Amino acid sequence: MIIYGTALLAICHLLGIFLGDLLGNLIGAKTNVGGVGIAMILLICARLWMHKKGWMPEQTEMGVAFWGAMYIPVVVAMAAQQNVLTALRGGPVALLAAVGSVVVCACVIALINRGEKVEEDTLPLPVDPILATPATPVTAR
Amino acid sequence: MLELLEGTARHNGLVTAFALVGLVMLVSMKLSRHLTMGRVHGSAIAIVIGLGLAYWGGVQTGGTKGLADVSLFAGVGLMGGAMLRDFAIVATAFEVQVVEAKKAGMVGVVALLLGTLLPFVVGACVAYAFGYRDAVSITTIGAGAVTYIVGPVTGAAIGATSDVMALSIAAGLIKAILVMVGTPAAAKFLGLRTPRSAMVFGGLAGTVSGVSAGLAATDRRLVPYGALVATFHTGLGCLLGPSLLFFATRAIVG
Repeated sequence: MIIYGTALLAICHLLGIFLGDLLGNLIGAKTNVGGVGIAMILLICARLWMHKKGWMPEQTEMGVAFWGAMYIPVVVAMAAQQNVLTALRGGPVALLAAVGSVVVCACVIALINRGEKVEEDTLPLPVDPILATPATPVTAR
Repeated sequence: MLELLEGTARHNGLVTAFALVGLVMLVSMKLSRHLTMGRVHGSAIAIVIGLGLAYWGGVQTGGTKGLADVSLFAGVGLMGGAMLRDFAIVATAFEVQVVEAKKAGMVGVVALLLGTLLPFVVGACVAYAFGYRDAVSITTIGAGAVTYIVGPVTGAAIGATSDVMALSIAAGLIKAILVMVGTPAAAKFLGLRTPRSAMVFGGLAGTVSGVSAGLAATDRRLVPYGALVATFHTGLGCLLGPSLLFFATRAIVG
């Protein structure tokens, strides 16, 4: 059932956020430390383990894949609720600090990624199951 | 009749948001295909439209949550809120290739540390150049350049004034928007082609919203790798900002 996949995702999400809060409390950061990252790692482990056991039929996978595919629309909704006005009103200090840090970071990213180029060039990217087969999900049920 | 329709939309906020975002995506995909011949990814256009709608919402209501403050579109706040955003990000982990992720482990950590330190130094220098001389203000603005969450968290912890806090949020917001909009255009310069490069990007560019939206608009397959690292970015910033970075700043400016 599709809900099994969504429930698995939900459990990993909750557990990850909880552990992130716990970690933040322990080191006194007063915030969630890597909760989403921990949840992602939990989900990856759960998938590997359940695949091995044969507990991951296509239906269950769809329950997760749907939310992965909803990701871009959710991000668009997120962009639509940013405080763009405040950002623009911040004036030159905010603008310069932002542009400066973006430029510096961009250069460092480019530097690191260039250094590794030769080795990584041959690696093919994993095929996106959703983008590669647009006709299969939901309707082909 | 029109009032009734408005009531329907208002009472079904999240469903209205689904319809609205679907429409925005449709328009963006068409614009991408016909206006830019596919050179600008549809997702990037959709995000820019989203930001434009947020600006319009802010002007209309004077609120802080963009389009979500317009009562008709309040559901956008739920759809794009932290809960569903994190839920969808976690779901993308399903596509992560473990071997690839492991390969970038150490580089990811280095990128994370650099991604906190470099923006902080730049932000602090800008603050100093504009006449801020107290360690609290300089630290808060510097932390804002890390992400718009690290800024206010740090400011609140060390007792910054509200206008400095607003500045730090603004710096972080502009950074997130720049990353969202600029990443697809700069993808080639940044070398964003492999999972490993996406993880370096996630660690250095920081803001989860900026990284995830920027990567989504560049290459959807890179999102989980960048997001995996970027989610640790805010936590690390919140940890270092009010502690190590504040003490270091205070030691330098006195």
